[in-house]
Amino acid sequence: MISLHINGKTKQVEAAPDTPLLWVLRDELHMSGTKFGCGMALCGACTVHVDGQPARACVLPVSAAVGRKIVTIEAIGDTPVGKRVQQAWAEIDVPQCGYCQSGQIMAASALLKAIPKPSDKDIDQAMSGNICRCGTYPRIRAAIHKAAGNGGKA
Amino acid sequence: MRRRLMLALALIGGAAAAAQGDPALFDPVASVVMTPRCVNCHQAEAPRQKDIGVIHAQQVVRGKDGHGSAVLQCAACHQAVNTAQGKVPGAPNWHLAPLSMRWQGLDKKGVCEQMRDPKRNGNRKGGEAVIEHMKTDPLVLWAWNPGANRTQPPMSHEDFVKVLQQWADAGMPCPQ
Repeated sequence: MISLHINGKTKQVEAAPDTPLLWVLRDELHMSGTKFGCGMALCGACTVHVDGQPARACVLPVSAAVGRKIVTIEAIGDTPVGKRVQQAWAEIDVPQCGYCQSGQIMAASALLKAIPKPSDKDIDQAMSGNICRCGTYPRIRAAIHKAAGNGGKA
Repeated sequence: MRRRLMLALALIGGAAAAAQGDPALFDPVASVVMTPRCVNCHQAEAPRQKDIGVIHAQQVVRGKDGHGSAVLQCAACHQAVNTAQGKVPGAPNWHLAPLSMRWQGLDKKGVCEQMRDPKRNGNRKGGEAVIEHMKTDPLVLWAWNPGANRTQPPMSHEDFVKVLQQWADAGMPCPQ
């Protein structure tokens, strides 16, 4: 039995130590907000926070998550920054198909927590690991600036 | 007094002889440290990938401490071991070599001079300290077990340590 700290709660799961955290979240805990994209840390769809830092749950062995604070898309709106990001996302209507957006919001929330007024360069360096096949990048950038209080402009 | 003088002269003489060691002793060392498995992370601004040394996808950058940008850190993807059937490389504390230890743009002579300069080799004073890094650093050792059919250095790790020792014993001579 493995004990995990997820979204402020302790969860007990049965899983082999090398099981990716994403499998535990989705298949064991039925938290399906975090998406499976590539399974190789290439697309960012599975981004969660581990001790405040974005991490790709598809390659993070569950054993490496023990004793660390995990936050997923289901709880990011409970933080002031996460809530602002979600509101900006809704106001600008960022998603198209939406599949990557859990990861995008997790990455954007971590960015704004670390850098409250990010430049375009900061955004590029924080968000380039999160791929959007619909190409919503201009709206993602605008939403990050809006959530930062820049009215959607750089 | 005379004995001390003799000892000093012997040491100076030894150092001079060492400094004149055969620069060709660095060739086998270079054949390892200048391969992509090593050079790809001894970079200035951003790591590189694959045998062709392409700049790391996803705009990965060095960041302030060699662990990536503020919120896209090496550890976001690189775990303590390889993952995704070896496709995602992993070793403990995955990160770029310190900026002072960058090899980007250096030729064989430049790499050699960097390796023996404590100001640019992680403050490793002398051959033994340099060899210790090559013998024990998990990221160095990963190069010999990179998984996923990645190219490995051209000699075994054991042989690499031997040629390093020969180079160090000769006074770490560098190509001119």
